[in-house]
Amino acid sequence: MRAAVVVFPGSNCDRDMAVALRAAGANVTMVWHKDASLPDAVDLVAIPGGFSFGDYLRCGAIAAQSPICRAVVAHAERGGYVLGVCNGFQVLTETGLLPGALMRNAELKFICKTVDLTVETADSAFTAGYQAGQALRLPVAHHDGNYTVDPAILAQMQGDDRIAFRYASPLNGSVADIAGVLSENRRVLGMMPHPERAVDQGHGGTDGQALFRELVGQVVQA
Amino acid sequence: MKARVYVMLKTGVLDPQGEAVRHALGNLGFDGVQGVRQGKVIELDLADGTSEEVIVQMCDKLLANTVIESYRIEVL
Repeated sequence: MRAAVVVFPGSNCDRDMAVALRAAGANVTMVWHKDASLPDAVDLVAIPGGFSFGDYLRCGAIAAQSPICRAVVAHAERGGYVLGVCNGFQVLTETGLLPGALMRNAELKFICKTVDLTVETADSAFTAGYQAGQALRLPVAHHDGNYTVDPAILAQMQGDDRIAFRYASPLNGSVADIAGVLSENRRVLGMMPHPERAVDQGHGGTDGQALFRELVGQVVQA
Repeated sequence: MKARVYVMLKTGVLDPQGEAVRHALGNLGFDGVQGVRQGKVIELDLADGTSEEVIVQMCDKLLANTVIESYRIEVL
């Protein structure tokens, strides 16, 4: 599987993301935000965590207008896979590839800790390595993870089984404790927790491994 | 020409920063502050003759996230 990891000024989880993807067997290329196209035959684009463009204006807003993001949107529209983690999730909502928006945490504090999550659906290449209802522990590190979405769209997403992960208990004010959501075609996932920071015993947990293993495995077969 | 864009969270979207400011005003003894909404003001220095339509496009594409924010344009 060929993966590209997008690097913006201020990205800080790009190398962790590449390490996690390579450990799962992906062939990874880093791409710079000014690049106008993705490498040939890329299956997956990963948008990493960090503080792209210093979070100026709104988290992810400037990154979403960068040349590489136009290529990422075109890739997603062709049915390509896209994974956005933390700031990457914010970028995906700003591009419109995922519905809703991520606002300042309800308690206004930056939250940096390992949290309990529930896998809500195993029906995606990202979550097929888990069981629906399975409990996970993954790190979060964000100031703006308070997911909000129009109630009608939320109802539709819930009806379509597009909530990927929820916080096991309220964390940051997110509607319905949502931690990650899927696109309509289930090939774009945005999530605030960091699976790439839980792929090695040295991280203190390996609950993120199954996401990368299954994603790389499934997309190779596709 | 100059224009000013006011960006605010939409009515009904909880504004946690505004709430924190409201509490802080209460703590300072300013009673009766029933609500605070915090937004942004963006000043644009534009080529003369820039149409309001173009400024609307700037707002929709970048300056505001219309999922959660509304905006108002003031041409100065």
